Amino acid sequence: MAAFLTVFLKEFLENLRDRRTLLSALLFGPLFGPILFGAMVSRMLNQSVAESDEPLRLTVSGREHAPGLIRYLESQRVQLKFESLSEHAARDSVRAGTAQVILIVPEEYGSRFTAALPAPVLLVADSADSQTRKSADRARLLLAGYGSGIAQLRLQVRGVSPLLTLPLAVNDIDVATPTGRAVVVLGFVTYFILFAVLMGGLYLAIDSTAGERERGSLEALLSLPVARGSLVGGKILATCSYMCASLAICLTAFVIVFRFVPLERLGMSANLGAGTAMAFFAICLPFVPLGAALMTFVASFTRSYREAQTYLTSVLLVPTLPIAFASIYSLKTKSSLMFIPSLSQHLLMTSVLKAEPIAVFDVLASAGSSLVLALVLILVTARHWRRETMLG
Amino acid sequence: MIEAAALSKRFGTVDAVRDVSFVARDGEITGLLGPNGAGKSTCLRMMYGVLAPGGGCARVDGLDVRGETSAARAHLGVLPHAAGLYGNLTARENIDYFGSLHGMARARLNLRTAELARALGMESFMGRRVKGFSQGQRIKVALARALVHDPGNLILDEPTNGLDVMATRGLRDILRTLKAEGRCILFSSHVMQEVAALCDRVVIIGHGRVLADGTPEAIREQSGAPSLEEAFLRVLGDTEGVG
Repeated sequence: MAAFLTVFLKEFLENLRDRRTLLSALLFGPLFGPILFGAMVSRMLNQSVAESDEPLRLTVSGREHAPGLIRYLESQRVQLKFESLSEHAARDSVRAGTAQVILIVPEEYGSRFTAALPAPVLLVADSADSQTRKSADRARLLLAGYGSGIAQLRLQVRGVSPLLTLPLAVNDIDVATPTGRAVVVLGFVTYFILFAVLMGGLYLAIDSTAGERERGSLEALLSLPVARGSLVGGKILATCSYMCASLAICLTAFVIVFRFVPLERLGMSANLGAGTAMAFFAICLPFVPLGAALMTFVASFTRSYREAQTYLTSVLLVPTLPIAFASIYSLKTKSSLMFIPSLSQHLLMTSVLKAEPIAVFDVLASAGSSLVLALVLILVTARHWRRETMLG
Repeated sequence: MIEAAALSKRFGTVDAVRDVSFVARDGEITGLLGPNGAGKSTCLRMMYGVLAPGGGCARVDGLDVRGETSAARAHLGVLPHAAGLYGNLTARENIDYFGSLHGMARARLNLRTAELARALGMESFMGRRVKGFSQGQRIKVALARALVHDPGNLILDEPTNGLDVMATRGLRDILRTLKAEGRCILFSSHVMQEVAALCDRVVIIGHGRVLADGTPEAIREQSGAPSLEEAFLRVLGDTEGVG
């Protein structure tokens, strides 16, 4: 049997018996993303459904000054609660959280309203609180509606067409498809997937290099009549196998999570079924040897398990950089970006999710650039292993 | 047979090994004796080919370790200073791994492993994971691993370091058996008694040079000392003047 396969089998078997490797490669790494995502989307869903169903609650002080406004609000199904508060007391009450939004109608409202002068009302809310900000926005919208209704009546009474006050008729046309909207939420699904790919091989990359050195088995291994390239190749292949397992588990978990999270209720349709998962697997496959080679390369320079762990946790962040960069500059899918590993996988997976057509060139560029870079890293690592400094 | 011919090695500005020549013969145990930092490990590492000599060459059964590395290594078993094992593998799997890497066929490997298990008295723990092994059991597995391809030559770098009395005694018995089988055994030590108890020939190294080479008696007589220990100290004492 080729030495390369012997090394692969031994690393595969040895790590299969290591609880730490197994937990991180096949449990924490791949399941972290899907579980977090499921929890997040469920929460968002509950929130938005609750918000639109619930009537607006409004505390009103000075109802006696504006009976017309109060009738209007009641007709709009606003839950009114009447209290008598000074402006100061209202501020305190909102700050303390006992009331969300308070509407104060001052004494002069009545006289100014009758005189057709702008009648003041005070709306007290906390804009730093995302919950009450939405309530305040709804209240503001209702008040504006009431105001424009009154304005139109006043014009009509004076014989002026109310249409004069509406020079524009704006119609919003939102072209976002339901899936397109979902992509915003699904954006980090792709990151979670790339993260799971790397986590799958993290401990194996450490154990087969820094671990070998720390255990004191490295020198005996290096004194065997085996080409160093075979040693490195076998170790990287073993790392790849765990990464593929982690990727498969992560994708399966996502397919299950997507089946149970009712995204349609958020007005989104997501297509992460078995077919999409398989496409994702194929897209990520060339990234696997690249990640394995990168982690093995970095870990080869470290002397201990702990040191390797420190460096490799920063390697875990490397694939986020192009993705973060792309989202900050809101880069569109372009063929030139397909030469950047991790970003190209992210863009391709996003396209699959959006059900957009994918160019064959893009797929080849993504796979090709990742594989070439992987090969370069494998060769560089093998060269490092041939050095005397490898003995430590 | 293992030969060192004018080996030298320099790390930066430090001459770790200077012009070291000696021969370890088949059927003999040769001890490389010297204080810590004398250059013993560097010497041995050049002889099993993980360090490239700065000058001179090392030969195993006449094969140049640098030029014909794989062939030379096939004739050589190595127990390095750090002879760590894979804790999650069983004793048998540890030995098998090195055998496979030596390119041994399955059938031959099984025979050889059984043979070693019997010879080293490790039949009772061959199937257990190495993780919880005693020092004595570990050194046996490491030795079996070094001997799996049945090499005619064996290099051991400070093999008794950290071993208790029982394990040390066990190792000595094994080395004597291997010598009786006609193998060439070269080991390093900084413990005089160790060498005196076991070796047919002694090569004393200090400051990277060979200071004395011969049978323990010859070295004692040459230096005119009453005991080998005294001779060792006298030989080393000379280097204070030299280096």
